[in-house]
Amino acid sequence: MAAAARFLLRGAGSKASIANVNIGDQSLFGITLLRTSPNCSSQTKTQRRNAAHFTYYPDPVPTEYGPTTKMNLFQSVTSALDNTLASDPTAVIFGEDVAFGGVFRCTVGLRDKYGKDRVFNTPLCEQGIVGFGIGAAVAGATAIAEIQFADYIYPAFDQIVNEAAKYRYRSGNLFDCGNLTIRAPWGCVGHGSLYHSQSPEAFFAHCPGIKVVIPRGPVQCKGLLLSCIADQNPCIFFEPKILYRAAVEQVPTEAYTIPLSQAEVIQEGSDVTLVAWGTQIHVLREVANMAQEKLGVSCELIDLQTILPWDTETVCKSVAKTGRLLISHEAPITGGFAAEISSTVQEECFLNLEAPIARVCGYDTPFPHIFEPFYIPDKWKCFEAVKKLISY
Amino acid sequence: RVLELTGCAASMVVSSRSYADFTPEATFDIKKVDLHRLEEGPPLTATLTREEGLKYYRTMQTIRRMELKADQLYKQKIIRGFCHLYDGQEACAVGIEGGITLSDHLITAYRAHGYTLTRGGTVREIMAELTGRRGGIAKGKGGSMHMYTKNFYGGNGIVGAQVPLGAGVALACKYLGNDQLCVSLYGDGAANQGQIFETYNMSSLWKLPIIFICENNQYGMGTSVERSSASTEYYKRGDYIPGLRVDGMDVLCVREATKFAADHCRSGKGPILMELQTYRYHGHSMSDPGVSYRTREEIQEVRSKSDPISMLKDRMLSNNMASIEELKEIDIAVRKEIEDAAQFATTDPEPPLDDLCSHIFATDQPFDVRGATPWTKLTSTS
Repeated sequence: MAAAARFLLRGAGSKASIANVNIGDQSLFGITLLRTSPNCSSQTKTQRRNAAHFTYYPDPVPTEYGPTTKMNLFQSVTSALDNTLASDPTAVIFGEDVAFGGVFRCTVGLRDKYGKDRVFNTPLCEQGIVGFGIGAAVAGATAIAEIQFADYIYPAFDQIVNEAAKYRYRSGNLFDCGNLTIRAPWGCVGHGSLYHSQSPEAFFAHCPGIKVVIPRGPVQCKGLLLSCIADQNPCIFFEPKILYRAAVEQVPTEAYTIPLSQAEVIQEGSDVTLVAWGTQIHVLREVANMAQEKLGVSCELIDLQTILPWDTETVCKSVAKTGRLLISHEAPITGGFAAEISSTVQEECFLNLEAPIARVCGYDTPFPHIFEPFYIPDKWKCFEAVKKLISY
Repeated sequence: RVLELTGCAASMVVSSRSYADFTPEATFDIKKVDLHRLEEGPPLTATLTREEGLKYYRTMQTIRRMELKADQLYKQKIIRGFCHLYDGQEACAVGIEGGITLSDHLITAYRAHGYTLTRGGTVREIMAELTGRRGGIAKGKGGSMHMYTKNFYGGNGIVGAQVPLGAGVALACKYLGNDQLCVSLYGDGAANQGQIFETYNMSSLWKLPIIFICENNQYGMGTSVERSSASTEYYKRGDYIPGLRVDGMDVLCVREATKFAADHCRSGKGPILMELQTYRYHGHSMSDPGVSYRTREEIQEVRSKSDPISMLKDRMLSNNMASIEELKEIDIAVRKEIEDAAQFATTDPEPPLDDLCSHIFATDQPFDVRGATPWTKLTSTS
């Protein structure tokens, strides 16, 4: 009894002692329910802050790619890299701390398996890493560079935008660095604050010549990453870091690709189109369920997957059907990628629109330290937006 | 009265001794400094007064206790996010401050709690910033990596980015002719960033009063210096900039070297580079146990042989500059200060929601900040 009391009290305030617990008389399902003393809330403030702002919705088990095994997001990255190093003798992986496995364990075991000339550490120099990657790619190697956090990609911004993106164009197709793939952890993580939470996809969306891809879970991640590696253009692959451990799915062990520039309709609906990518898909999934239950509204949820070049056709076709669009992302609203989608959709589907396009995004502030729960576009803000779309 | 005294504990007898019994000043031999492009270096002896000794002891002990308290609070999830602790490196912060004045300028990277204290911050403000409360030194908006005080420019998250900033501050000092200088710190990991070499060039070309200091704690996160750097002689990496390699665990060594460097700058000779060889006991940050890339024996060895606080304590005690009880009293006072600060940091309220949007731009009029949804706006004030 005392052990059960202690177990249930783990959720209670630290001031509660076993002695304060009132043992309830009534039992439910044969278990005695313990009532905590009145001045303990069942969830402490610390616990409320620790809870994630989303619930992870796993994909159904894919059957068309062969046998599957349980993997989380970082393991699906390792699996994709493993497949690549095995099949492509020119593939090399480099970045800060990748040799021991990486700060998020995405490259665990690869150095031991494939050798230190194929999986190696670089010093602390992002500009150097990407520049070096471009050179290696031009010379013919399949170069997979890791930037430790997307927040640190800016020293390499010149290399990506001015060198990598324009190589094929300015050499008249004589040279290209299509063999380059850059991977970086991306997005909010609950406590990342200014420099470990950013979503810089909008900066790169403004740059013709590169591809920007963001998966929502392990199955998508492995397939999209392998597509990026195979793609003949330099690709930036952002991995939602909050999902590295939280997202667990059955992922095929063999190599497989998921096509780039194809948005996926995850859930079909008739009243509202919801568009997002990465972690925000799971937030919107919950919003779609809430909309169905509480408002009787049927939402069509689209995962954009590739930010650049993005699948305008799928999104516009959906909006032509529903007439209402909500786009959501963590990055600040001004100049965020939702602006591009919104602008294109109003051009293509002007007469189909029943309500102004809603964008539920981060505030126009640097990603905050203590204010994160207020900053992020959580399900309540999105749900409000859906209500307004319906009642316009 | 003699009978009463003999009946008391020995400590009573000792504390009745007057402070005139202590040595007011002593001179110590300090390690020779390795030189690069310099004919002469800092002196081989350092003079320490009793007051200075007690001050350094108290400050180093405060930093040590504060960092350990932060460790504790982090494990209790009261501090969240990123927390990079400075224990083991106290002699660097305290020694540098001993060689410059508060009107000089200093900028460092993210392992900044020690410098925030030596540059004039209080433990209360620092701990409240770690917990993100309104009493924090940056009003709770920055956290561990972004602490600032007068003439202390942080607290910077992006590795290496703070060094060119330091050169800019040094330029301002030269331009204003106020005989001040700027100390720009970076670590052994950051020493490989391109922008640092750009800064070496600019500051040499324009003879800026800047002291570059590389705090070499042997590991850039988990990568040892041998594995990250083609040349581990960081004091020579400035090439045409004169350099010193200093024992960073000895507060007197650091102080003398900093004084020497400050004289060099203030005499208009331009920049100078100091490498402080030091060690951190904790891992890179709170998410790094710190033992997967180095052995516990190594950490233990440094702690027992080169701990900066122990070194100062031994020097003072063996030269009769202070008594054990006196130092114990300081320890107790420091502990109390830290406890009070931790209490404050835990109970102070969080900043108001309006602060989410405050101070984005400087503005005369408050302006609306577009927010998560089209109909939610917050007002930004500055």
